[in-house]
Amino acid sequence: MSRGDSASALGKVEGLGSAGHGGGHWLSERVTSAALLLLGAWLIASLFFLPSLDQRTLAEWLAAPSGAVPMALLVVTAFIHALDGMKVVVDDYVHDEGNRFALNTLLLFSAIGGAALALFAIGRIAFGGAA
Amino acid sequence: MATDPSTPRSRPLSPHLTIWRWGPHMLVSILHRMTGAALSTAGLALLVWWLMAIAGGANAYASFTRAATHPIGLIVLVGLTWAFFQHLLSGIRHLVMDSGAGFELQTNKRFAVLTLAGSLVLTLLIWVSALGVRP
Repeated sequence: MSRGDSASALGKVEGLGSAGHGGGHWLSERVTSAALLLLGAWLIASLFFLPSLDQRTLAEWLAAPSGAVPMALLVVTAFIHALDGMKVVVDDYVHDEGNRFALNTLLLFSAIGGAALALFAIGRIAFGGAA
Repeated sequence: MATDPSTPRSRPLSPHLTIWRWGPHMLVSILHRMTGAALSTAGLALLVWWLMAIAGGANAYASFTRAATHPIGLIVLVGLTWAFFQHLLSGIRHLVMDSGAGFELQTNKRFAVLTLAGSLVLTLLIWVSALGVRP
């Protein structure tokens, strides 16, 4: 993967590290973490100020755009951040290349599946009249 | 890239876990990974389950509440609350350190201890308010 004989400075470092790439992934972890700070604060504050936590109140809260949209953003951002983080753990501790590829693929499928399930639930609450 | 298992490991290894003296910064660093893994798996599974239960209607939500208020469910929820705040505060510490600040030994150590204390206090506050416990 590493192109050590390349002439440019970038070519010398590209492809190094346990993941074979790094800068974009590193930045994605940080940017999603900053977004999750805001969305996490929104979630805690929302739950705190809701009059009750029964199903009807929660469904009404998530049916409104002010609830459904931040929750959808939270779900997508949290799954991207979780995938970024778990990939680093796998890349650090799983040394066999085949196992690492298999685990990273499993992580990717789980993250996309989980996010899809959560978005479906939000959509059902917002558009399905579940409240 | 990957080490070839057929070649003997003759290269020198960097000093590893066994020779380091434990300190708050080391504990916080390891906790960041552990809490992150817990939140990525159990935490997100719970979030999806909760949203599906709300979407499923009153009966579906009642079975979620039954599981969540079971003693084991409560232990998991309190544990995940702590994991959330520990990971959040430790994450803020990492963002500060990414900017190049906070590496002086005393500052670094104090910041690490603060994340440990902060996560416990915030977890306590949330659950005292959630359970309506008057201290």
